[in-house]
Amino acid sequence: MSADWVKSDRQLAREALLRARGRRSLSAATISTIVVVVVVVVLVAASPGWPRVQDTFFNWDALVTALPDVLRGFLLNVMIFMIAEPIVLVLGLGVALVRGLRAPVFFPLRVLAVLYTDIFRGIPVILLVYLVGFGIPALQLQGTPGDPVTLGIIALVLSYTSFVAEVFRSGINSIHPSQLAAARSLGLTHAQTMRHIVVPQAIRRVVPPLLNDFASLQKDSALVALLGPLEALRQAQIHVAKTFNYTPYVGAALLFVALTVPLARFTDHLAARAAQQRGGG
Amino acid sequence: MALLTIDGVWKRYRHHNVLRGVDLTVDPHEVVCLIGASGSGKSTLLRCVNLLETVDDGAIYLDDQEITDVRVNPDQIRQRIGIVFQAYNLFPHMTVLDNITLAPRKVHGVPRPQAEAQARDLLARFGLADKSGTYPDRLSGGQQQRVAIIRALATHPRLLLLDEVTSALDPTLVNEVLGIIRELKQSGMTMILATHEMSFARDIADTICFLDQGTLLEHGPPAQIFDAPQNPRTREFLYG
Ligand SMILES: Nc1ncnc2c1ncn2[C@@H]1O[C@H](COP(=O)(O)OP(=O)(O)OP(=O)(O)O)[C@@H](O)[C@H]1O
Ligand SMILES: [Mg+2]
Repeated sequence: MSADWVKSDRQLAREALLRARGRRSLSAATISTIVVVVVVVVLVAASPGWPRVQDTFFNWDALVTALPDVLRGFLLNVMIFMIAEPIVLVLGLGVALVRGLRAPVFFPLRVLAVLYTDIFRGIPVILLVYLVGFGIPALQLQGTPGDPVTLGIIALVLSYTSFVAEVFRSGINSIHPSQLAAARSLGLTHAQTMRHIVVPQAIRRVVPPLLNDFASLQKDSALVALLGPLEALRQAQIHVAKTFNYTPYVGAALLFVALTVPLARFTDHLAARAAQQRGGG
Repeated sequence: MALLTIDGVWKRYRHHNVLRGVDLTVDPHEVVCLIGASGSGKSTLLRCVNLLETVDDGAIYLDDQEITDVRVNPDQIRQRIGIVFQAYNLFPHMTVLDNITLAPRKVHGVPRPQAEAQARDLLARFGLADKSGTYPDRLSGGQQQRVAIIRALATHPRLLLLDEVTSALDPTLVNEVLGIIRELKQSGMTMILATHEMSFARDIADTICFLDQGTLLEHGPPAQIFDAPQNPRTREFLYG
């Protein structure tokens, strides 16, 4: 676009039309949103059970009393997945790489990696939390952790690593074979090819599914409650047991949502950016 | 002394013999063009020379060392042979400069500043000086292929293999790439090219090899192969 370029009348008219259309779609979106919200609110509020539901699930006083404890518990959830996520990432990539090793000496390792993913992907997380949380301490082995938070983290890591390993593996397999051939033809070893060519490209591709697994891990950090630590769900449970009011559960749910929504928007943003880059290529 | 000797090389996929005892010698500074119908085994032969495929019989010697010996480390041999494919050459997540300097730095241990200086020299020599920071998907097809050739050159290979490097390009871009190959010939690079560009092959090759269903049917200087082919199959391929 040069400095002396003056927009033609035709272009100006086109842009005016586009702006008008943009305004129309914006107001259409606003109006329809308002209508939907009003209809839902009226329907819910008009339902016969609403006053009781409002009192037991959306009780302001109950929320205010419980919130400090629930929030304190939620910090434990945050800590749990902040520790679990990096471990899951590293181990998951490791398992995926082991499954890609072709040399015969690595055969036992490869079998182990396959067994591991097959087994742990199949066990429900809640079961694994019970098995690890009560099973490991029961062994009474020297040096095994007894602290329920650590045990909970171990269970989550075991489960999620098997998922994340598969995500990484599909990313690695999606790299075009010519990229491997090109790298090998330059004299790069298998390890160098993985490190510089395959893994960096694979990671870019699997970021959206990985973030999806992380959102899921954040939620499942509440399962550690089964082992007793005072995280958000457990704190809410305590308050509910005292008052028979369920609002603390809603409060805990809102906290989890508040954390996953930004992650979801970030995933969308990354996906949109990747799509744009591919379009430009 | 021959730089490369291919001695009775066989390659089969399942029950299909793709190469049936190919013999070929390439002298230093010689440019050899492989021609032949699609599926005749040109790419397979080049991939065997670069040890991207293992041969099923026969041997290949580079500088009198048998490279098909199972005890040699293929990675070390590939450091001495450059290959450029038809497409999908460049690493899309790296800039042009990183694409070119990767092998010198990681395989040959050249320090980054030195590798980059050399890469910039090469880019300038082939008219791509302003592209060093660009990612491959922002380059035209011809530019991408030129970068791929530069990348193969950056490790100072003894031998350069080019597999139909122009066939994914539209005709206006072909000349950019052919220009590079001409210049490489002038600088004395030993090359084997698989190509469908007959006029270019005639112009640049010292030796033309005609492959037919995995057999090297006829080879000789361009004038002989193109103007007075001996074998009826060659004649059929060239004149239809
Ligand atoms: N990995 C493979 N597995 C099975 N068959 C293969 C494989 N690679 C090549 N072939 C077969 O080997 C034969 C020769 O293929 P090659 O790619 O060497 O031909 P080419 O002469 O390079 O052809 P083109 O001019 O089309 O590039 C073909 O019949 C092809 O189907
Ligand atoms: Mg081919």
